Amino acid sequence: MSAFLALVRRDLSLAFRVGGGPFLGLAFFLTVTALLPLGVGARLNLLGEAAAGFLWVSAALAALLSLDRLFQADAEDGSLEQLALGDLPLEAAVLAKCLAHWLTTGLPLALAAPVLALMLNMPAGGYGALVLSLLVGSPVFSLAGAIGAALTAGLRRGGLLLSLLVLPLFVPVVIFGAGTVTAAINGAEGDAAFLLLAASSLFALVLAPLAGAAALRIHLS
Amino acid sequence: MLRYANPKRFLDLSAALLPWLWLAAAGLTLTGLYQAIFLVPPDYQQGDTVRIMYVHVPSAWMASFIYGFMFVASVVGLVWKHPLADAAAKEAAPIGAMFTAVCLITGALWGKPMWGTYWIWDARLTSMLVLLFLYLGYLGVWAAIEDRAKAARAAAVLCVVGVVNIPIIRFSVEWWDTLHQGPSVVRFEGGKLAPSIDPSMLWPLLIVGLGCTLLFFALLFVRMRTEIRRRRIRALLAAQAGG
Repeated sequence: MSAFLALVRRDLSLAFRVGGGPFLGLAFFLTVTALLPLGVGARLNLLGEAAAGFLWVSAALAALLSLDRLFQADAEDGSLEQLALGDLPLEAAVLAKCLAHWLTTGLPLALAAPVLALMLNMPAGGYGALVLSLLVGSPVFSLAGAIGAALTAGLRRGGLLLSLLVLPLFVPVVIFGAGTVTAAINGAEGDAAFLLLAASSLFALVLAPLAGAAALRIHLS
Repeated sequence: MLRYANPKRFLDLSAALLPWLWLAAAGLTLTGLYQAIFLVPPDYQQGDTVRIMYVHVPSAWMASFIYGFMFVASVVGLVWKHPLADAAAKEAAPIGAMFTAVCLITGALWGKPMWGTYWIWDARLTSMLVLLFLYLGYLGVWAAIEDRAKAARAAAVLCVVGVVNIPIIRFSVEWWDTLHQGPSVVRFEGGKLAPSIDPSMLWPLLIVGLGCTLLFFALLFVRMRTEIRRRRIRALLAAQAGG
């Protein structure tokens, strides 16, 4: 457990000292949100209708930006080999890196989302659902993304390939996440979308470390 | 040399099978398409455009079937580290991607007269599109990793992850479709794969489907033979350079 926490702490401090930590992701989030009205026009009802889905899509894109460095830096400087040789199972190491990645990308985006939703004129009633759905669903971006990052670790041009590998895996999460918010805005009964989102999240939590570790072992062999 | 023992047997076997496979594939596909184009009566709602179905539906079947085939080959390759299974999965992927693309293109061409637009975001089209992305990602992994053995295992892991995800993606897209279904879209229940399809229309469809399956195996065998020989040439060149 202490090795797990040490790895999380290491990745967090690396993210803060080298990559600007959560602020880079937030800046990206803010920039694309500013681009949407510039691109489609500043009609408030159009923006309000699109807000929930758009924020979920940009959360997925923001996660993609940082994913290609998830294992790349460690593969380059050899710390990945050290991790694989250590006592901590490689699956737990993958999980620790996902946790650190989520803490620096998914969590800040979830907390900042209401402000951006306000800028996009999202109808009242969806704000709680937006934060809650991002908190529950965005770990999938880190977890499913880790599989793609592990498969492309050590490749010279892994970034573009990574997005192609990972985006199909993001499809259900974006559907259920945006669906949760839309249902809340429409005052729909029942929370099927949210439960399905939570189920996808738990599913990814179980399977992604296994698949990610299997993919890393290929590159280490 | 043990490594080549099985590929050798495969080369002999496939050489004997291939002419018959080609003959049966061409015969069935052409017979089915002939019936579909000249003998099947036009649909009472869709008219002659219903004939697109005889290319569209078999391609959709093949697109799913080939991904399933790749999954089996990938698992065999991962568990038994059999180079022939890796080659089978690798060489099936471009054929599957082609069938997926044919399915999407014929779907769009069929959509124009039926729905009034080339593309609608309905559940089937969208999940086919995602399947195409899965194929492209799989091909991308093979292209990006230079070490063949590593590429085989990475691609196999990706294929297994994809198969685990396909049901979730399909379910989520269908769920999404029920939410977003626009009332303006005209839907025809009688055409596509409805259980009430008339036997005179069903038989040509099944014949083309079987023909496409044989065509897939014929293409696959040719591609695998090429891959095996490519590997041999590479090994020979490496031995020459080394010796």
